[in-house]
Amino acid sequence: MTAPLLDVRNLCVSYGRAEVVHDVSIAVTAGALVTVIGSNGAGKTTLLNAIMGLLKARGGIGFRGNDVSAVALESRVQSGLCLVPERRELFADMPVEDNLLLGGFRRSRAERKETLEQIFVRLPRLKERRQQLAGTLSGGERQMLAMGRALMARPVLLMLDEPSLGLAPRIVRDVFHILTDLRQTGVSILLVEQNARAALEVADYAYVMELGAITTQGSPQQIAADPRLVESYLGLGGNEY
Amino acid sequence: MDGTIFLFLLQDGIINGAVYALVAIATVLVFAVTRVILVPQGEFVAFTALTIAALENGNVPATPWLLLALGGLAAASEIVRHVSELSWRRVARIALFDLALPVALLLLTRTLAPMKLGQAVNILLAIALITPMGPMIYRIAFEPIAHSSVLVLLMAAFGVHFSLTGLGLLFFGPEGSGTTPLSSASFSLGDLVISGQSIAVLIVTAVLLVLFALFFGRTLLGKALRACSSNRVGARLVGIPTSAAGQIAFALAALLGAVSGVLIGPLMTVFYDSGFLIGLKAFVAAILGGLVSYPLTVLAALGVGFAEALFSFWASNFKEVLVFTLIIPVLAWRSVYAPHAEETE
Repeated sequence: MTAPLLDVRNLCVSYGRAEVVHDVSIAVTAGALVTVIGSNGAGKTTLLNAIMGLLKARGGIGFRGNDVSAVALESRVQSGLCLVPERRELFADMPVEDNLLLGGFRRSRAERKETLEQIFVRLPRLKERRQQLAGTLSGGERQMLAMGRALMARPVLLMLDEPSLGLAPRIVRDVFHILTDLRQTGVSILLVEQNARAALEVADYAYVMELGAITTQGSPQQIAADPRLVESYLGLGGNEY
Repeated sequence: MDGTIFLFLLQDGIINGAVYALVAIATVLVFAVTRVILVPQGEFVAFTALTIAALENGNVPATPWLLLALGGLAAASEIVRHVSELSWRRVARIALFDLALPVALLLLTRTLAPMKLGQAVNILLAIALITPMGPMIYRIAFEPIAHSSVLVLLMAAFGVHFSLTGLGLLFFGPEGSGTTPLSSASFSLGDLVISGQSIAVLIVTAVLLVLFALFFGRTLLGKALRACSSNRVGARLVGIPTSAAGQIAFALAALLGAVSGVLIGPLMTVFYDSGFLIGLKAFVAAILGGLVSYPLTVLAALGVGFAEALFSFWASNFKEVLVFTLIIPVLAWRSVYAPHAEETE
């Protein structure tokens, strides 16, 4: 069996003296869509930020066969690791097009141009709004832009932190459509979601994170069949999304 | 006051204001990219003027030695902080930028200074000596504490200012000097006499401002610097190295300071510590521009220059006090009406 694309081993992250992520090991195989679900405050965002390099962490982070745990954030971007953060972190006072172009900062001019055209085809809304300031977009458009900006870096593994947060159900559906669509083009995805039902529907494999540790993992069907998890995260009945 | 005096003061104000504008733009740029309020910005101005003055007299200025000292400090600081992760590339970069470049400039200065090759050479040499000091200072004083609060960075900036002033006294001595005007021509317009130097100041400032606008508006590197100021986390996530961005911002600040020094040298006698007041007036303009808006900052700098000219006519003993007092009503107004920016840390 080949090594997974992303291989996180025994990762611990602390804020000061308080350890908030304990000994977490997760893996994403190439081409897969893996999700980490869990309630608010479970440490999911911290985990993603540590993998990306925004936070210092102890433990191993293997990416494409190399240990990147001591590698600078910009080199991780260069090697194809990308994060769409929960707060989007757009350049609010710059136009949509500049936000996208800066997403391809580590890529060549030709690659930037080509990827920009592809993104405009995939997300036509961004093309319509290309001259508009990012700060004036609606919530859904901002999420699209954050995803588009990440795609400009030509990621091998795209990590998304709560892409559905604060969005209307119809737009959440669009976002998840884009994710499944992306996976078909060969991009691997690590998705962190509170909206467990939606995440499990698109994922190939799922981890459940509670109080900073991974407590359960398995196929989405296994997770969805666990009565305790259903009660905690999936709710009973509920809407489709 | 009659019309002639008013026009004379206006001219004086615009010229000083144009120089303040360059310094203020640098202040805004550095703050936007690194959150450092660059108190020592004025030192670049003063040291450049003093360097040119020495070169005009055929003396070897102390500037290359200062550059070498800063280079040594920057190299030592980087090596100590990254001792466990020193790659050959990094060592080569440190050796080239921090040691080879100052040594080369030192040799060049020692060769060229006695030859008195003229104004253009003096100016270019002075700018080449001052500009690399920007990124060196950033690496010595600010990069190790880049994630600290604005207040900590401000205190560090004051530390750098006092150190540089002390070094200025050590390297340049207590005497002041002026430099030869860029142009000795003068034109009369009715009663008003416009000096060639004034016109040179305006042209150079205008050209630099246009180049800056093009750099930040059209190039990916310029946009990347703006991105660092717009959203630091976002900039890191797209792979913009924030340390390099800081160094570029400081290099541009030093360059703008050096050009200001070239322009202001003929207008006043510059001492080793003259930079502080120039920097402070530019800071007033930068604050009036909210530390974000470049066009507002340029306008404010012209306003500060003009106010200074008026005050020096009406109450010359109090002109500095009055100029700095301007900041109070503006701050009061801004605190009520300006949009409150969300601190994104």
